[in-house]
Amino acid sequence: MKKEVLPLTRVPAEKEVVLISIEAGWGLRRRLLDMGLREGQRFKILHAHRPGPSIILVGNTRLVLGHGMAHKILVKEA
Amino acid sequence: MGKKVTIALAGNPNAGKSSIFNNLTRSRQHVGNYPGVTVEKMEGSLKYGQYDINVVDLPGTYSLTAHSLDELVARNFVIEEKPDVVIDIIDASNLERNLYLATQFIELGVPLVLAFNMTDIADEGGFIIDKNRLSELLGTPIVFTVATKKKGMDELLDQAIALFEGKTKLQGTVVRYGKEIQEEILKLESVAIKDPSIVQKYPSRWLATKLLEGDSEVIKQLEHSPHYEEIISQAKKSTQHLEAIFGDKPEAIIAERRYGFISGACSEAVQRTYEIRHSASDEIDKVLVNRILGLPIFLGLVWAMFKLTFTLSQPLMSGIELLIQRLSLIFSALLPQGSVIQSLVVNGIIAGVGSVLVFAPVIFLLFLALAALEDSGYMARAAFIMDRLMHKIGLHGRSFIPMLLGFACNLPAIMATRTIDDRRDRLVTILINPFMSCGARLPVYALFIGAFFPARMAGTALFSLYLLGITVAIIMAKVFRKYLFKGEAAPFVMELPPYRMPTFKGLLIHMWERGAVYLKKAGTVIFAGSILIWALSNLPWNVEYSKDYDFMLKKAQQNQELIMQLENEKASEKLEKSYVASVGRVLAPAFKPLGFGDWRIATALVGGFVAKEIVVAMLGTLYSSSEAEQKSASLRLALQKQSRPDGKKMFTPLVAYSFMAFVLLYIPCMATIAVIKHETNSWVWPAFAAFYTTAVAWIVSFIIYQGGKLLGLG
Repeated sequence: MKKEVLPLTRVPAEKEVVLISIEAGWGLRRRLLDMGLREGQRFKILHAHRPGPSIILVGNTRLVLGHGMAHKILVKEA
Repeated sequence: MGKKVTIALAGNPNAGKSSIFNNLTRSRQHVGNYPGVTVEKMEGSLKYGQYDINVVDLPGTYSLTAHSLDELVARNFVIEEKPDVVIDIIDASNLERNLYLATQFIELGVPLVLAFNMTDIADEGGFIIDKNRLSELLGTPIVFTVATKKKGMDELLDQAIALFEGKTKLQGTVVRYGKEIQEEILKLESVAIKDPSIVQKYPSRWLATKLLEGDSEVIKQLEHSPHYEEIISQAKKSTQHLEAIFGDKPEAIIAERRYGFISGACSEAVQRTYEIRHSASDEIDKVLVNRILGLPIFLGLVWAMFKLTFTLSQPLMSGIELLIQRLSLIFSALLPQGSVIQSLVVNGIIAGVGSVLVFAPVIFLLFLALAALEDSGYMARAAFIMDRLMHKIGLHGRSFIPMLLGFACNLPAIMATRTIDDRRDRLVTILINPFMSCGARLPVYALFIGAFFPARMAGTALFSLYLLGITVAIIMAKVFRKYLFKGEAAPFVMELPPYRMPTFKGLLIHMWERGAVYLKKAGTVIFAGSILIWALSNLPWNVEYSKDYDFMLKKAQQNQELIMQLENEKASEKLEKSYVASVGRVLAPAFKPLGFGDWRIATALVGGFVAKEIVVAMLGTLYSSSEAEQKSASLRLALQKQSRPDGKKMFTPLVAYSFMAFVLLYIPCMATIAVIKHETNSWVWPAFAAFYTTAVAWIVSFIIYQGGKLLGLG
C-alpha cells in the first residue's frame, strides 16, 4: 500500500509527493515544465476540490491544476 | 544630452517585474503596442548620471519558445531590437523555475543582468544564496533587490551600465545538453554557418538548438535563406536521430537538461537552512478557497462590488449631470438661437456625449473594484473556485477570467482568451463573452433602473441582470460544446500569485488604464455617433409642417402655455419627418412582442451597435428633441412621462426589464465584433456572434415580457 504510484487526483490534500511522470503529450509536459513541474520534483498538495482542481505548492509557487491535468500526473508519496 | 541606453525587463509573471519597472521609471511611462500584435508594450524613461535610459517592460513569460504570443513578442524584441542590456527579474524564493527563463537568455547570448528579487522572502524561506558563486556558474552579474522596498535599484542600474560600457563582460556560459545533442548541434551549426546573414542575426548555437526543438518561428525566418532546404533536412535528420536514442522529443530532453544545469548550479551555490511550511497566503486560502465557503464568499464579494459601485457613484453622477446642464445653457446662449449649429452642439454633442459621460463614475469605480480583486491576487483564486463549475459547461477556470473581465469591457476580455491554448475552448469563451454585461451596458441599466425601480430594489435588479447574462452564457456554452465544438475541455494549469495588499497608486493606475479606453470611446466613437444620430434625427432641416408654426408662435405673443404647446408640437412633427424616424418605424414592429415597439427605442437600439452606451446617448438626444420645452428635465423624467398611443405609460418596470435584458444580450458593439474578427482571423465568427446573440436576445426578452404579463406583472 505504501509508496504506491498514483494519479495526483487520488492523493488527499496536505500530502507531500514526488512527481514520477506526466502521462501526456509534449505540449502539456512543456507547459508544466515551464512552470517548474518535472520528474523528481517534490511538491505538496494544498487544496483539492475533487472532482475539480487542486492547488499545489512547488518550491515557493502555488499552481492550480485542473482535474483532467492532475489525473495525468503520476506521483508517489514522499 | 547623455548617452542613450535601452534596457529590456524580462521575467516570470509574479516575479515583481512591474514593481521594478515602476521603481525605475516612476511617472515617465507610456503604453503602446508591439508592432503588428495587440500585446501591450510598456515603456518608461529615466535619467541616471550621464545616461538617458529607456526601459521596455517585456511581457511576463516562463520561457522563450514560439508556443505563445507573449513569449514570441519578448524573444523577438530582444533579437530584433537588440536592447543594450536585458534585466531578467528572478523570484529569489523560487529560483529553479525562474532561472529556466534566464538560461534561455544566456543561450541567446544577450547582455544579461539577473535581478534576484524578493530576496527578503527568500531569506524568510531559509535560502542562503552565494551570489558570487552563482554569478560565476551562470556567467552573468547578479543583483539582490527587494522591489517593494525599492532596495537594490541603483546597484541594478550600475551593473546594467557596467555591462553596457564593457566594464564587466559576460562569460559566455554554455548550457551543456550532453554528448549526443552536442554532436547534432555542431552538425547543424556547420550547415547554418554557410549563410552568413543568418548567423549574423542569431547566435549559431542558439539557432541549432531551436532547430532541434522544432521552433516554428525560427524555421519560418529561415525560409528566405538559399540554404533553407539543406538546413531543414539536416534538422530533420538530427531530430530523428535523437528521437531514436532518447525515445522522446529532443525539445523535451533539452528542457530537462536546462533544468539539470540549473539544479547543478543551485546545489553548489544555494543552501536551504530550513523550510517554512505555510505562508500567510496559505492561511488566507484556507478560508477563501475553502470547498464550502469559497463560492459564497466569491459571490458575496462580486455582489458587494456592484452594490458599492452603485452607491458611491450616485453623488458623483449628480455633480457631472449639473456640470453638463451648465455647459448646455452656456452654449445655448452663446450660439445663435434656432440655428443648425446651436442644435448640433447642444442637442447633438453635449446631450449625446454628456448622457454617456454621466456614467463615468460608475465605470471608473467598477474598474477600481476589479483592479482591487486583481492586484490582491484574489482573481486567480476565483478561477480556482469556478473551475469545477466551469467544467460542467465544458470550459475550465481559465475561461472564467476573460468572462470576469467581460464585466468591465468585452474587448480586453476577448483579448485575454489568448491564454487559452485549446482552440475550441477559446472560441466558446469568445462567443459567450458578449453576454457578460460590460461597463458600457451599465449606463442603460443605471438609467432604467433609476427611472422605474424603487431605490431599495436597484441593487437586486442590477445583480439579476448580471446573473441573467451569466445564465444565458452558460446555456450557450453548453449548446456550443454539444453541437458546435465537440470534445473534452483542455487541461488547466495556472499560477496563483501570493496575496498582496494592493497599493493605492497601483489601483489608480489600473483603473485609469481601463477607464481611459472608455473615455477615448466617449471622445471618438460616441462623439461621432452622437453627431450621426443628431443628423439623422434633425435632417432634413427644413421640414414642410402641417401648420404655419412660426406665424402662430408670433400671434401667441405672451401666452407662455400656448407657446410651449406649439413648440412641442413643432419639434415632434420635425422629428417624425426625420430620417431616423423612418429607420425606427421599419424596425419597431419587431420589438412589439417584447413590450417596446416604439420607433425611438428601435432607433436607439440601432445606434447601440456603435457602442452600447450610445443607447442612452440616443435616447437622450431623441427625447430632448421632442421635449424642447423641458431641456432642463433629466432623461429619467422624460422616460417616465412617455406614454403609448392608448394613453398607458410607455414603460412599466416589466417593459424596462425586458428592454434592459435585450440591451444586455443583443448584437455586441462594433468594437467587440472587430476584436472577434481580429482574434479569430475570420469574418465567420463575428458574423455568427452578431446573428446568434440578437436571436437569443429577442427570445429572452420575449419570454420575460410575455411571461411577466401572464403573471400579471405588466
